[in-house]
Amino acid sequence: MKVNFTLNNEQKSLEVGADTPLLWVLRDELNLTGTKYGCGKAQCGACTIHLNGNATRSCILPVSAVNGANITTIEGVKSPAADALLEAWKKHDVPQCGFCQSGQIMSAVNLLTRNPAPSDEEIDASMSGNLCRCATYTRIKSAIKDASNTLGEKA
Amino acid sequence: MIGQSFFSQNVNPSTSEGISRRRFLKLSGGLLVALQLPLSKLAFASSDGVANEHANSPNAFIEISSDNTVTVMIKHLEMGQGAFTGLAVLAAEELDADWQQMRAKHAPANTALYKNLNFGIQGVGGSTGLSNSYDQMRQAGAACKAMIIGAAAQKWGISKDLISVTRGIVSRLDTEDTLTFGELAEDAASQTPPSEIKLKAPSEFVLIGTKVPKLDTAEKSSGAAVFTQDIQLENMRYAVVAHPPQFGAKVASFDDTEAKAVNGVIDIQAIPSGIAVIAKNTHAAIKGKNALKINWDSSGAEKRSSTQLMNEYLATTKNIGKIATSSGDVDNALKAADETHEFFFEFPFLAHTPMETLDAVIQINNDDSVEVWMGSQLQTVDQGVVASVTGVDPSKVTLNTMISGGSFGRRAQPDSGFAAEAAHIAKTQPKGIPVKLMWTREDDVQGGRYRPLTVHRFEGALNDNGDISAWDHTIATQSIVAGSPFAGMIQNGIDPTSIEGAQEPCYDLSDFRLSLHTMQNKVPVLWWRSVGHTHTAYAVEVMMDYLLEKGGKDPYKGRMALMPEHPRDQGVLKAAYELSQKDKPAKDSARGIAVHRSFGSYVAQVAEVTKDSNGLPKVSKVWCAVDCGLAVNPDIVKAQMEGGIGFGLSSIFHEELSLNEGGEIAQTNFDSYQLLRIQEMPKVETIIVQTEFPPTGVGEPGLPPIGPAVANAWRRLTGQMVTRLPMIPEVKRMNMDA
Ligand code: FES
Ligand code: FES
Repeated sequence: MKVNFTLNNEQKSLEVGADTPLLWVLRDELNLTGTKYGCGKAQCGACTIHLNGNATRSCILPVSAVNGANITTIEGVKSPAADALLEAWKKHDVPQCGFCQSGQIMSAVNLLTRNPAPSDEEIDASMSGNLCRCATYTRIKSAIKDASNTLGEKA
Repeated sequence: MIGQSFFSQNVNPSTSEGISRRRFLKLSGGLLVALQLPLSKLAFASSDGVANEHANSPNAFIEISSDNTVTVMIKHLEMGQGAFTGLAVLAAEELDADWQQMRAKHAPANTALYKNLNFGIQGVGGSTGLSNSYDQMRQAGAACKAMIIGAAAQKWGISKDLISVTRGIVSRLDTEDTLTFGELAEDAASQTPPSEIKLKAPSEFVLIGTKVPKLDTAEKSSGAAVFTQDIQLENMRYAVVAHPPQFGAKVASFDDTEAKAVNGVIDIQAIPSGIAVIAKNTHAAIKGKNALKINWDSSGAEKRSSTQLMNEYLATTKNIGKIATSSGDVDNALKAADETHEFFFEFPFLAHTPMETLDAVIQINNDDSVEVWMGSQLQTVDQGVVASVTGVDPSKVTLNTMISGGSFGRRAQPDSGFAAEAAHIAKTQPKGIPVKLMWTREDDVQGGRYRPLTVHRFEGALNDNGDISAWDHTIATQSIVAGSPFAGMIQNGIDPTSIEGAQEPCYDLSDFRLSLHTMQNKVPVLWWRSVGHTHTAYAVEVMMDYLLEKGGKDPYKGRMALMPEHPRDQGVLKAAYELSQKDKPAKDSARGIAVHRSFGSYVAQVAEVTKDSNGLPKVSKVWCAVDCGLAVNPDIVKAQMEGGIGFGLSSIFHEELSLNEGGEIAQTNFDSYQLLRIQEMPKVETIIVQTEFPPTGVGEPGLPPIGPAVANAWRRLTGQMVTRLPMIPEVKRMNMDA
C-alpha cells in the first residue's frame, strides 16, 4: 500500500506491504538504523520511536497504522529534553555496548517532556519497558535526574 | 568467555621489563606513522608471509592523520566492556597525546599482528582484553612518540633532547615554536622505529588511572553507532534461518510453497543448520520463515527435559566424581564431625541474550575472495571457518570486526557455528551480492550455547568450636570445551571451566575435596560471562555463609579469619564491608556478603535486601570493592562492576532456559526468558582497592559475588536458604509451601 507520514519533520510517501512493522520500514527502506530490533514483540524497547509524540514500540506497529501520523526517531529527536538527556548521557558515560541506548533515550525524552521532574518511581515506571542487558540502569537513572535538573534550571 | 590460562602452550607473558626489540617488533608489527595509512587494506592480506613483510613498515596500532587525530587500531571486539577507550588510553599515555584527539576503530582480522598475547590467536575472553594489551599498546604509543620527536628534530634541525611532547603538542625547549602531531605525521612516517623503548613509571601517568570520557559514548547515544545489524549495502539480501526445535534434530523434509509466495522472498535454501530464507528485506525474510512447513527428524535429538537432566545430575553427585583437588582426609573428618550439613545446589541453563542478536553480513566476490562484517570475539577462528566453508585460503577472507550489542561470550564460538551458517548461506547466493544474516530473538533464545545446567553437592562439617572441619564438594556439569578446538584445556579429565572458582577458594580448609562429574547431553553449551564462576561462587559462598552462621561466626570476621594467607581477598572483603558500614541499614533489611576471585581480579560485595509486598527479595543497595591491579580506567572499572552486578542479579533472580518433556525448548523471547529491569536494579557503590599489580580484567569478575551476597542476605532476613535458581520463582514456591 501507499503510506504517507511525517518522519523527523519530512513528508514521506512510500509503497510498502501494509503489515510491515514500522521498524523494518525505517531500517530497511529508509536506512534509519538508529532504531534497533531487539525482540520484535514489544518486550525490550530497543525499537522505541515517537508516534504523534508518544513513545511507541515500532516493532509491532504495522506501517498501515501510521498513515498520516507524525513519527520521530532517534535521528530526528530534537527538544530541550533531548538535548539535556544527550548531555547527561555523555557526562555519565551511560552506554556500554550501546545497542539499547537509542530506545532508552527515546523513552527518557518521552518521560521528561511530560514530567520534567520525575521521582525515582516515576523513572522506573516509564523506563521499565526498556531492557539493558549491559545493566546500565544506575547510570540511566542518574543521567535522567541530571537532565531533569538541567531542564529545571533553564525553566 | 575464555578463561585466561587455557592457552598455556601459547602463553606469552608480557611484562613491562624485558621485551626485546625482536619480540617487540614481532608483537607490534613494527611502527610507522603514516598519513592516513591505508593499513586495513595492507593488513587484510593476512597470511604470515605478508604480515611479516610489513612487520617493519605499517604501524599496526596507531594512525596519525594530517587533521591531527590519532586513531588507535583496537585488536579486540568492543562489546560494551570498553575496549576502545581502554586500549586507546594506553597508547595515548605513552604518546603524550591530548585525549581530545584520540579515536579508536577495530583492527582487521590478522593473527600475526593482532593476536591476544595470552591466546596466540586473535580473540578476547576471560577478561584478558586490557591485561594482554597493557604493555603492547603502551609500547606502540611510546615508539610512535619517538618517531614524532625524530621528525620534529629533523624539521627544526635540532637535537631530540631539545624537544618535549605534552598533551599532543610538540615543543622546542629553546624557542617558543610548536608543532602538532598532524603537522609531523608525514615526516614521522619515514623515521626508523626506535630500537629501545622506555615506558613511563606509573607515577608519571597522566591519563592512566584517571577518568577520561569514553570515545564511543556520543555515537552510542545518538543512534549513529553502526552495529552489524545496521549495515545496509546496495543489492543486499536479508536472510533468516529456521532452526530445529530440539537440539540434535534435523530437517526431514520441507514444503516452501507458501514461503516462496511471500512478497519479497527471493530464495529458500537448505543448509546444514536448517532452512534459510533469503529476501529483499528483513520483514519478508521473517514472514517467509514463518510460512515454511518443516518436518523435523528428531530421532537423534535430546529428548530429556531439564527436570530429568537435573534429577540425573542430582543423583550423580551423591557419588564422588573425578578428583580435582583433595587435601587432608575428608571422609574421616566427616565421620568424626559433631555435625554435618548437606546441600544440593541446582543451576539452570542460561542464555546470553545480548541485545543485538547474532548477525553477520557476508559477500563472496567474483574473484572468490570473501568479505565478512560481524562482531567476533574470536576473529582468527571465525575467519578460518568462513574460509573453509567457502573453500578459500584464510588470507582471502576479510573480516571486518563490528562493534557488537553485547556478547558476554555469545560471539566466542569455538566452532564458529554462526559464522559457518552465514558462509553456507552466502555460498548459495550469486557472487558479488552481500547477504545479511540475522537471528531473530527466538533463534537467539532457542539457539543453544548456554551456560551449562549444573548441580553442586556440598557436605560440610563443623567441630565443637563451630569451625569448619570438612568440606566435600562435588560438581556435575557439562564440559564447555570438550569436542571443540579448545579441548586441550582439559587436564586429567577435568575441564577447568567446570570447576574454576571452587578449586582454590580463598579459604584455608584443611580437609577439602573437590570432585567433578562431566555430564553428557546434546544441548550445546558455551562460556557465559564469568563461565564456571557463575555457579561455583554461588555454591561456595552460600555454603560458607551457612556454615559460618551454624558455627556461630560472623559472616565478615569469620571469612577474614579463614583467609590469613590471602591479602588481596582480605583487602576487598574489608573494603566492601567498611564501605557498607558507612550507610545505616534500611528498615527491615538484612545484608549479605560474598567475596570471589576470578580472571585475576578480586571482588567482594555486600548486598542489602528487603522483602517486598509480595514476599519476594528486593535488593536496595550493593557495596562493591574490586582489586584489579592497576585500574587503567577507574570509571570503566566501576561501570563493569555495575554491569556485572546487574547481569548477575538478572540471572540469579529470573533467568532459566529449560527443556520441556520431549526436549523442546520452553522459552522463546523476553516474555518467557526474563531479564532484570530498571526497577529491580539496586544502587551500586564501588570502591577500587589500589594495589601495585599489573592490570587484570573487569568484564567478568563483578558478576560472581552478587548472587551469593543476595542469597546470604535473604537467608539472614527470612531463614530461606535458596539452593535452586532462579531465585524469584524458587522463593514463590517456598512461600506457597510455607
Ligand atoms: S524490538 Fe520492539 S520492543 Fe523489542
Ligand atoms: S548498553 Fe548494552 S544493552 Fe544497554
